[in-house]
Amino acid sequence: MSRFEYAPAPESRAIVDIKSSYGLFINGAFTEATDGKPFKTVSPASEEVLAEISEAGPADVDKAVKAARKAYDKVWGTMPGRDRAKYLYRIARLIQERSRELAVLESLDNGKPIRESRDVDLPLVAAHFFYYAGWADKLEYAGAGENPQPLGVAAQVIPWNFPLMMLAWKIAPALAAGNTVVLKPAETTPLTALAFAEICQQADLPPGVVNIITGAGRTGQALVEHEGVDKVAFTGSTAVGRAIAKSVAGTDKKVTLELGGKAANIVFEDAPIDQTIEGIVNGIFFNQGHVCCAGSRLLVQESVYDEVLARLKRRMGTLRVGDPLDKNTDIGAINSAEQLARIRELSQVGEDEGAERWSPECELPTQGYWFAPTVFTGVSQAHRIAREEIFGPVLSVLTFRTPAEAVEKANNTPFGLSAGVWTDKGSRILWMADQLRAGVVWANTFNRFDPTSPFGGYKESGYGREGGRHGLEAYLAH
Amino acid sequence: MVWRPTLPTKDSARLDVRKTYKLYVGGAFPRSESGRSYVVNNARGKFLANASQASRKDARDAVVAARKAFGGWSGKTAYNRGQVLYRIAEVMEGRHEQFSAEVAAAEGLSISKARAVVDAAIDRWVWYAGWADKLAQVVGSSNPVAGPYFDFSLPEATGVVAVLAPQDSSLLGLTSVIAPAIVSGNTVVAVTSFERPLPAVTLGEVMATSDLPGGVVNILTGSASEIGPWLAGHLDVNAIDLAGVTDPEEATALEVAAAENLKRVRRPVDEDWTESPGLSRLTQYLELKTVWHPIGV
Amino acid sequence: MTTTDTGVDSLADVTSSEDRLRRFLLGLPGVDQVGAEARAATLSTRSIKTTAKAYALDLAIQMIDLTTLEGQDTPGKVRALCSKAKRPDPADPTAPQVAAVCVYPDLVATAKYELRGSGINVASVATAFPSGRSSLAIKVQDTQDAVAAGADEVDMVIDRGAFLSGRYGLVFDEIAAIREAAGDAHLKVILETGELVTYDNVRRASWLAMLAGADFIKTSTGKVSPAATLPVTLVMLEAVRDYHEATGLHIGVKPAGGIRTAKDAIKYLVTVNETAGPDWLDPELFRFGASSLLNDLLMQRTKLATGNYPGPDYFTLD
Repeated sequence: MSRFEYAPAPESRAIVDIKSSYGLFINGAFTEATDGKPFKTVSPASEEVLAEISEAGPADVDKAVKAARKAYDKVWGTMPGRDRAKYLYRIARLIQERSRELAVLESLDNGKPIRESRDVDLPLVAAHFFYYAGWADKLEYAGAGENPQPLGVAAQVIPWNFPLMMLAWKIAPALAAGNTVVLKPAETTPLTALAFAEICQQADLPPGVVNIITGAGRTGQALVEHEGVDKVAFTGSTAVGRAIAKSVAGTDKKVTLELGGKAANIVFEDAPIDQTIEGIVNGIFFNQGHVCCAGSRLLVQESVYDEVLARLKRRMGTLRVGDPLDKNTDIGAINSAEQLARIRELSQVGEDEGAERWSPECELPTQGYWFAPTVFTGVSQAHRIAREEIFGPVLSVLTFRTPAEAVEKANNTPFGLSAGVWTDKGSRILWMADQLRAGVVWANTFNRFDPTSPFGGYKESGYGREGGRHGLEAYLAH
Repeated sequence: MVWRPTLPTKDSARLDVRKTYKLYVGGAFPRSESGRSYVVNNARGKFLANASQASRKDARDAVVAARKAFGGWSGKTAYNRGQVLYRIAEVMEGRHEQFSAEVAAAEGLSISKARAVVDAAIDRWVWYAGWADKLAQVVGSSNPVAGPYFDFSLPEATGVVAVLAPQDSSLLGLTSVIAPAIVSGNTVVAVTSFERPLPAVTLGEVMATSDLPGGVVNILTGSASEIGPWLAGHLDVNAIDLAGVTDPEEATALEVAAAENLKRVRRPVDEDWTESPGLSRLTQYLELKTVWHPIGV
Repeated sequence: MTTTDTGVDSLADVTSSEDRLRRFLLGLPGVDQVGAEARAATLSTRSIKTTAKAYALDLAIQMIDLTTLEGQDTPGKVRALCSKAKRPDPADPTAPQVAAVCVYPDLVATAKYELRGSGINVASVATAFPSGRSSLAIKVQDTQDAVAAGADEVDMVIDRGAFLSGRYGLVFDEIAAIREAAGDAHLKVILETGELVTYDNVRRASWLAMLAGADFIKTSTGKVSPAATLPVTLVMLEAVRDYHEATGLHIGVKPAGGIRTAKDAIKYLVTVNETAGPDWLDPELFRFGASSLLNDLLMQRTKLATGNYPGPDYFTLD
């Protein structure tokens, strides 16, 4: 009897309509960039050029900030919360209605599997707008004082790993609180943000409330450093976050930063084993490991080390790597050549430093940027792959003997974004949660997100929280 | 398309098809089991329709339906409940003209004032919809007890809430007493304004087409004085809102009856339904559950 | 406690006393409900198309235990069912046969006669199916009757009352006794997971049945709701996979009841493929206890071949 080979099951691309080139979305309309050099966005799965994107130069940034300022002064900042809520509800509904299209676009531009963009990213994006829509007319209950006020114009710079979801995390609370925004998506994944600009138009959102400008680091820097900006929100690397923190020093700009991580995913001997394996896999291979809170350091209690490793490897053998638009793909493409080079480099370092590298047999496409799911065993705290954020499908496995040792190792990092704990013992979960220096602790699950749940880091993983009641505070003066 | 039963200017020569106004119980629209109906006139005394006159047995059936719906409704995610309430607002918006005409007729308002009332009612649903997934964040707490315990308190729906709806405000008032009960997961048996029951039936039709599970809201047209005591004394009802009771002695009697199984009682007070409602009605139908769990290795 | 000849050295110790058996079962790793259900839901999103679908549909047909277990069953009904089993789609001779016909013991002889020479097995429920509320002697007799009438496979029920009250030794001994009474017949042990309720219980009962000599572990009688579910089947597939890892033995899995559509059946096959592995994609190791499922599989099969959506009037009743 032949094996059960899944035939290709590609999601249709026909649903998306990608223009050959895109301008900047400023003051409610797409406009030509006045300075700056256009660049191309490619599909990382095939290296196919998807569209030409405008680069916003300093003059464009200035225009966008001024449009946001005007919209804040004249319309949005003074609009009753009840009406801001209705706009946000409209946006949430439009996202729900267009979610398949946006999911396909996201997978094309980012390389993530359609199963994830369809079942995780898009539902969360819509939910985020729904949730904050409900806050817009209830700000006095948010715990930020009796008469909380917006800050003004928010400069928002987001990464490429969850392009539309990061946009939602930034824009929804900002608008709910009464701010206007200028948002810059990552240069490798601008398409869904530009589609979102269209959604703002469909929602009849007043011009200038949301401005989307595209470009790379230079554009981001010009935006963050613009004098007309009251608030800076950034998600991305710790290095850039640190630079932003320095650049706003001495100004009145409020800042929130959501940066890198090197999360410990801690497995105790009494863990529910099959679900733990799923959690480890989800922790590090979800979204190709392009997740700031990825469970990239697996800490396994020595008494179950062999069993956990054997089961993990067996499970990794069933992961399907390939075409992001195939509905059966578990692991898609690495987002860019640059990121692939970094993953390769750090993996090589892991080998050179003596850790043992293993990947399941898997055939990678020849075109595009690909990296097989990889696990390193025999890793110690001193290894670079145990300390540096790889931001790829690479897991470093360490061991521990006691809960105290697990905590010590987990906390022994400059990062502090997230952690995972796997055990059937409730009191131990709470003890671990108490001890771990991380902004999110998942117990018997991993990589869960919800608009009601605050997310953000300790230490060099940044400051401020996104999501929940606390996520509003980042956009309110109190 | 748009039905305007009582708008005075009607230039079409076409004869109306009139709507039958019935009860809304368990997701269906039955007539009263008693077979009774009563005449509903507009504010000027002109005949509008015969409304079903609910009996104590209709109230009994409605409580059964509300109880049956409670587990499913309270067990839904808060996000889901919020979406359903928002959907009610969306569907109401599509029937704006119908509601405006009915409110104008019932309350004797000009059509523009009636429209403003409908606007406010829709906005109220939107406001409450947003509370679904925020309530626990605002009224719940994590409690720093002095000991190795994690201790937190969460609100939960109390159960079946009987609502004697305002007699004057046929739609905005009704919305303002139903929405805060169901948003947190309670289910409702509402007795409408006796003289102005028609907008409530139309609201039931909106609910029936808004993904609200059958039985979450049950609407009885008829006399609160007749049905109220049965609901107040009903041992499978957890709370009662006396908003529509105008006679203080009657309210006291209902409160006494409600004390039998220690129902949570909301006494009637003079309320301006156009004002922002605040949280008091929302929190009235909540239980607070506190959980202790040890912390240790 | 008796030991069984299927007990393998590494696990023989486990069944040497009730106390050890209990400690072993209670020491199995827990199953987190949310995680298990999330995994099953993810597997449900697999999209099986074209050639893969054709393969899955035919495989699923070959895995069916075409079942009738009603008080109103008659020889006539069973004859009709057997005829359907042999020629599921009279319009299409390429449609494969099902694996077995499953009936009550008193109708085994009828089924056996009707299926003679077809290669289709006769399975019989036994042991005071579906409740199992009878003495061991009667359960043994019930089994022997079925086997004597020609049953190739016996589907027994475990004593859920004993299991839920922690009398694992009693459940074990009963399975072992039926194992013996069934002789050469294949023994499927029905856990009735709808009554065991928790996944922890499903995992324990799966191991208990395997240790006691089951050839197959089966979810449900079909008389209790919920019957088979994907997460329950997932947990059972994990159990047979782990048992194979420990002993080298292949134990089969049979979800029964509630699987009515080809789409559902394919989700189960995906779960088999990605949990226990391709070895289990075989009627020897995976079965569906079902009746109406067959016609839906045939309809989808026709759709795939012709491109048109067929209607139920074009497929025979059993």
